Amino acid sequence: MIESYEDRLFRLAREDDRILVLTAENRAPIRGLPERLGDRFLDVGIAEQTLVGAAAGLALQGRIPIAHALASFLTMRAFEFIRTDVAIPHLPVKLVGSAAGILSEANGPTHQALEDVALMRSVPGVEVFCPADAEDLVLALPAIVASPAPAYIRLNLRPPALTHDEPFEIGRAEFVERGSDILILCAGALLREALEASRRLASGGLSIGLINVRSVEPLDEGPILDAVRSAAMTVVIEDHFRTGGLATVLADLLLSKGETAAVLPISFPARWFEPALLSRAIEAAGLDGPQLAGRIRTAWRDRRRTT
Amino acid sequence: MNENEKLRLERLAQSVRVRILSFATDGGCFLGASLSCADLLVFLYSRWLHYPSSRDPERDLLFLSKGHDVPALYATLAELGHLDPARLAHHLEPGLQIYWHPHRRVPGVEFHSGSLGHLPSVAIGAAYDLKLRRSCRRVVVVLGDGELNEGSVWEAFLVAGAKRLDNLWFLVDRNGFQANGPTEQILPLEPLEEKLSAFGLHVSRSDGHDFSALEDVFGSEALKEGRPHAVVARTVRGKGIPSIESRADRWFCNFTRDEIESLREELRGGAAARLETEALVVR
Repeated sequence: MIESYEDRLFRLAREDDRILVLTAENRAPIRGLPERLGDRFLDVGIAEQTLVGAAAGLALQGRIPIAHALASFLTMRAFEFIRTDVAIPHLPVKLVGSAAGILSEANGPTHQALEDVALMRSVPGVEVFCPADAEDLVLALPAIVASPAPAYIRLNLRPPALTHDEPFEIGRAEFVERGSDILILCAGALLREALEASRRLASGGLSIGLINVRSVEPLDEGPILDAVRSAAMTVVIEDHFRTGGLATVLADLLLSKGETAAVLPISFPARWFEPALLSRAIEAAGLDGPQLAGRIRTAWRDRRRTT
Repeated sequence: MNENEKLRLERLAQSVRVRILSFATDGGCFLGASLSCADLLVFLYSRWLHYPSSRDPERDLLFLSKGHDVPALYATLAELGHLDPARLAHHLEPGLQIYWHPHRRVPGVEFHSGSLGHLPSVAIGAAYDLKLRRSCRRVVVVLGDGELNEGSVWEAFLVAGAKRLDNLWFLVDRNGFQANGPTEQILPLEPLEEKLSAFGLHVSRSDGHDFSALEDVFGSEALKEGRPHAVVARTVRGKGIPSIESRADRWFCNFTRDEIESLREELRGGAAARLETEALVVR
């Protein structure tokens, strides 16, 4: 593990006095920053609309605000402020959503942001990032902060699923494994499970490709499309509703090229997941490594039988 | 404020009103709300804000949160030479950015608005930045009273108070009306000043059409005490045109050109009588 999120954020803020760290009393990932940043740390209290509006006002004055709140309240309660005050003027406000997707664990449906990526993707000009783990997040941070665009980042502090050898670039995916039978596209926190599934499938003799789609908007379209074309089947794994997430992104991409592909989308169906501590929640949703491998293997066999 | 200066401002406000009226045809505008805040904007831009030009890096910032009164802003800026009046001749023409709500690329518009309840929080960000820079620049947010229905406004009041942003002024254009009727019938706000005060703001009230009164309120030294300011300006919706004043159905207005001409006469008539009397007093 290279450096913590908080330390990386602090180092960026120290190097660039345009950076301010904001929060709507969501301090867990940045507990030490109030003391370290002084008045460049601004906690507005449990007030997501004011958080986003104030971030827009700071950006208007030339600052780079990095605003933290729980993903569901940031992207849903304050949605119109993001769209109206951040996106219309295209201000470099960086929105960091905690406990997105499966990471809301035992909080229950009120806290389950399973449509945050869809919402943020729908806003013109907003970049959307789903880091695979804490290291992926820290690697991505400097480029995201340097971009002049507004951004939404799913905060992900899970321990590294792997060593990320490919440097982070906006609009570039990380090619973890290359293979010709099945391609797995994964956006976000389930990369660890996706990796385990790919290893299980590979040990059964299949050639498996695995892509960490860190940057959902903009998407690494060309290389992803090439990989989809050269695989016999593509699997999409995401802790997000089917509507508007990575499965939809891939469908849109294929549609725009007039192409089709055999795709197994593994997303949340249109209902909320069973709240539990992370590993149990993943298991209950059928998303742990062995379960993913089983689901993919079944789809692969069904496909072989019908073609 | 001496009488000559008062007369100058009243003449300026009269020209601003004539210009506002020109927006109320060919597609129309929110006329009543524009007329109610015209004197406020004339006072601020010509007497109180540090505003050498719309691009001056040291200018004070005025955020028009109730964006539907933008004709008053455009007219004021045009009369003071900060905005080319030629641009306003093409009201509602696609591509020219002069429409029913403010566009931030029009000189003088610090931020776009239209959706109510947004700019108090945007202004907090700007005011916080100026505090960090130890700047003396001030930030004013113009709010409608109907706009105070929005919860985000009260959220922002709380935050502004908590962060001790005494460089921030919330100016409420208290014309007593919202879209469909009197505020006190739709969602009562009174006792408004007590509410604002309870939210941590330094509250004062003024007649929003009396330049001397506005000067007293904005010029008061007592304002510098670590609290953001709220000024409740009592105004009349449609001020200056008696046939429109405080009529609940005069919210959005789109008149024929003939109607505009007679309204202009009405505006001139009332003002001419008033200005003549005052000119005599000055003499």
